Amino acid sequence: MDLANLTVHELAKQLDEGKVTSRQATDACLQRLEKTAGLGAYLHVDAEGAKKQAAAADERRAKKALKGPLDGVPIALKDIFLTEGLPTTCASRILEGFIAPYDGTAVRKLKDAGTVLLGKLNMDEFAMGSSNEHSAYQPAKNPWDATRVPGGSSGGSAVAVAAGSCFMTLGTDTGGSIRQPAALTGIVGLKPTYGRVSRYGVIAFASSLDQVGPMTKDVTDCATMLQTIAGHDPRDSTSSTEKVPSYTEGLEKGVQGLKVGVPKQYFIDGMDPEVRASVDAALESYKKLGATLVDVDLPHTDYGIAVYYLVATAEASSNLARYDGVRYGKRVDPGKGLLDMYLETRGKGFGPEVKRRIMLGTYALSAGYYDAYYVKAQKVRTLVAQDFKKAFEKCDVIVTPTSPTPAFKIGENTGDPIKMYLADVFTVAVNLAGLPGLSLPCGFSKGGLPIGMQVLGRPFDEATILRTARAFEREHDFSTRRAIS
Amino acid sequence: MSNEIEFEPVIGLEVHAQLATNTKLFCGCSTAFGAPPNTNVCEVCTGMPGVLPVLNAKAVELAVRAGHGLKCTVHERSQWSRKNYFYPDLPKGYQISQYDKPICTGGKLDIEVDGQTMTVGITRIHMEEDAGKNVHDDMVAGARSYVDFNRSSVPLIEIVSEPDIRSSAQAAAYMKAMRQLLRYLGVCDGNMEEGSLRCDANVSIRPKGESKFGTRAEIKNINSFRFVQQAIDYEIERQADLIRSGGKVVQETRLWDSQAKTTRSMRSKEEAHDYRYFPEPDLPDLVLEPGFKDRIAKELPELPSDKLDRYINTLGLSAYDARILTEDAEVAAFFDSALAAHDNTKSIANWVINDVLRELKGNGIDSLKFKGAAIGELVKLVDTNVISGKIAKDVFAELMVNGGSPKAIVDAKGWVQVTDTGAIEPIVDKILAANAESVEKYKAGKTNVIGFLVGLVMKESKGKANPAMVNELLKKKLGG
Amino acid sequence: MSKEAPIDRATVLHVAKLARLTVSDAEADALTRDMQSILAYVQKLDELDVKDVPATSHAVHLDTLLRPDDVRPSMPLEKVMSNSPERIGDGFGVPKIIE
Repeated sequence: MDLANLTVHELAKQLDEGKVTSRQATDACLQRLEKTAGLGAYLHVDAEGAKKQAAAADERRAKKALKGPLDGVPIALKDIFLTEGLPTTCASRILEGFIAPYDGTAVRKLKDAGTVLLGKLNMDEFAMGSSNEHSAYQPAKNPWDATRVPGGSSGGSAVAVAAGSCFMTLGTDTGGSIRQPAALTGIVGLKPTYGRVSRYGVIAFASSLDQVGPMTKDVTDCATMLQTIAGHDPRDSTSSTEKVPSYTEGLEKGVQGLKVGVPKQYFIDGMDPEVRASVDAALESYKKLGATLVDVDLPHTDYGIAVYYLVATAEASSNLARYDGVRYGKRVDPGKGLLDMYLETRGKGFGPEVKRRIMLGTYALSAGYYDAYYVKAQKVRTLVAQDFKKAFEKCDVIVTPTSPTPAFKIGENTGDPIKMYLADVFTVAVNLAGLPGLSLPCGFSKGGLPIGMQVLGRPFDEATILRTARAFEREHDFSTRRAIS
Repeated sequence: MSNEIEFEPVIGLEVHAQLATNTKLFCGCSTAFGAPPNTNVCEVCTGMPGVLPVLNAKAVELAVRAGHGLKCTVHERSQWSRKNYFYPDLPKGYQISQYDKPICTGGKLDIEVDGQTMTVGITRIHMEEDAGKNVHDDMVAGARSYVDFNRSSVPLIEIVSEPDIRSSAQAAAYMKAMRQLLRYLGVCDGNMEEGSLRCDANVSIRPKGESKFGTRAEIKNINSFRFVQQAIDYEIERQADLIRSGGKVVQETRLWDSQAKTTRSMRSKEEAHDYRYFPEPDLPDLVLEPGFKDRIAKELPELPSDKLDRYINTLGLSAYDARILTEDAEVAAFFDSALAAHDNTKSIANWVINDVLRELKGNGIDSLKFKGAAIGELVKLVDTNVISGKIAKDVFAELMVNGGSPKAIVDAKGWVQVTDTGAIEPIVDKILAANAESVEKYKAGKTNVIGFLVGLVMKESKGKANPAMVNELLKKKLGG
Repeated sequence: MSKEAPIDRATVLHVAKLARLTVSDAEADALTRDMQSILAYVQKLDELDVKDVPATSHAVHLDTLLRPDDVRPSMPLEKVMSNSPERIGDGFGVPKIIE
């Protein structure tokens, strides 16, 4: 089997046994990267840097001075993460040529763990999108069917893991940007509880919703990666001081006696029948594994998208104000004074979707509309969060489909923003409520496209989510299938 | 409108005070003044992508202290908001500030104008970060400007007054009282030249007797007591002229030009502002830990008005002396520490006012080479007859030059007063023998010549003889 | 939520200026159309009575984080300026600002 198709824990075992070196694993990724270049996963490749880091990891291994279970594992990062000395563009023209002057906290933790950084991954510009079609540089394509989108915004990350051009990666999830592309590419993606992982050094989209999380080939890798990056950060006032438990210890404990909530609002008429059938089968599977299915009610689900698009765009309109061409990034100065420099820099630097959202957010915060839009959305947000609180009084986890459809065709949804926004219908509520949610493969369509389901949990109860996901995963072969052989 | 119409100005002030912290409000960069451009900056205060703010604990403490000092309600929970606008000195495109839930509301400050005390209401105090600085230095930048972010994110409080002020003199008195109070509290160093304290003035006028407010203009960039008065006077006159000539005051932001001594409309603020305030999602609410604000209240230093009251009514100082001693927080602290070393109010007050302050020549009292306790010690040496008042002046001169302890100076110089009768008697005998004429006069009833004789003995002893003992001995010898 | 929304083209242009975005005529047309349909969609929130519902700005409880007032080394000047589009002296150059 090609090295590039191994999971992290499989690779780690081979590294430990001396069967392969980190340098070989790195080369395998680089070769795979070359082979799948057409998928557009990477925006920047640092092959030389990665080879050096891999050699250093091999040296540590020889000296038995390993930095931990991820030492020597080749990774890549969504281009939203600040990586000192490497380009960081957020897939936007406005940050073209920007070299990050510092490392974010999650990046620092992965470096300290000895991982090898291959490069930076494609995404929707400023993480705004559900298809990776909004990258200012190139679209990313689904490795299972290159005429289809990989989902977004962490599309490049999903492609890189699914296609084997890195072993694991981090995504960011504001309204589903980890889980939806994970579902569409057949990998595992976890959005942790808001505050579980530091946002320092991650380019902000919507500060109260953004969360960093692992995207991996299976649940075990996901647990290991979360363990590495989770915890309080004194540089992030919104990172939680809640204790970080062991995510790997109870992973194999199974779901005997666990109460699995099934919200009727997530099994709607008109959803893709294959998605429905796969998730229904998964629920049956949980029953067989000893879990109890419980009906739960999330009555405000239908308002999630409206709330999300007001809150997220409002915060984004402010977060993206710093891209003004004064201190960094691409400046367009027609030489007619300050105002025109601002207008042109931002007007030319941002792509259409980013502009659309800045406009919507600016409008929602502006005088006369603030109460009607922003405040109202924040109030409905309270109702959405209360729904989950009540539901989790009756169950331990909630299982839903991740995306209403498998991967759609490139160009299929670009004409209508609302239609595109509805791709997030099952994922946004979790961000609004700050809860953890994981997507894992639960089937394939007849056309061979992966189908994902979501496991949602109580705040800071990622351990139960991971255990629930793992219980399903080990009964099925979905996570072992590879798009590229 | 007739030319005879008399106007009453209505003024409210917004004082921006830099909190006396070592580091910025949201990052660990130094707040030190005068560093070369962009050397006290980091990714946070230059608004690089991905950065997040973390609140400075000391800034919170100082804001709470200011709140107590201004008799405000200090709120256990306050909220951060973003004020959104574009300007090169504002690196994130928004300022982190407090908007509808500030840390303090509803206080007051007593001020004195022409011997009259009046109270100015405080609407609110909120915390915020300062912006950087746009520099227009033709030598460096030619036809362009450049931005220095050293000041970016320096912690400020904005203290907003009620529109209680009715004259430029009151406004200046308010600023002075505010500066004095903030310095007493250790909240702000009050250095107006370095921009640690500055104010904006909201000025409107209305016909005398009218209860409705007129349209106000906001005057920015006022950074001295003199300018407060000048800017407001100019603005009152401008508005009055405008109305008298049939015009209307428009609500706008105006800039005080201290060179031209005028205010003018700010072009950059012409566009109707829409700051799009919303709660800062990168910061949780500021929740003070239980007991925190009460602890700060308990540890609050004595306020200027309380100190003045104590000096007059408890220490028995004249109002004039008390005012001199309390005007500056450091002088008052100096006096208090002198008094703590030795309990002689009158004498110590005289020393501080007549000797210490006179010698400062405009420098701060902390520039001295000695502390208040030294003056207490000096007066004690006099009061316990260790040295004479005359020697005390010499000791003081020595303190001014080299500092040190008065006791040590006296010991080192051998200036200890002679109180041994056996040592003084020969000098007295010598002086009496040499001044037979004065002795005759004394015996003839002109007893006041004794003062002359005491002086001679003191001179002969180089000031070291105890004057009271000399007096005693002389009287005895003269058969008095 | 006001029923007179959807937004008109003039408002779109005003918002674009507030957000410091140049928009071409074609963009303005597209933005007007898109924002109209998005704002019409979000009006579904009007179905809910939220008068007595508190607003949520963070869904997870977070304690106030305070940092001690200790100076940390600043970023070296060359790094601070490394991405600068226009360096003037040791500052970030911009078109002349006239107050």
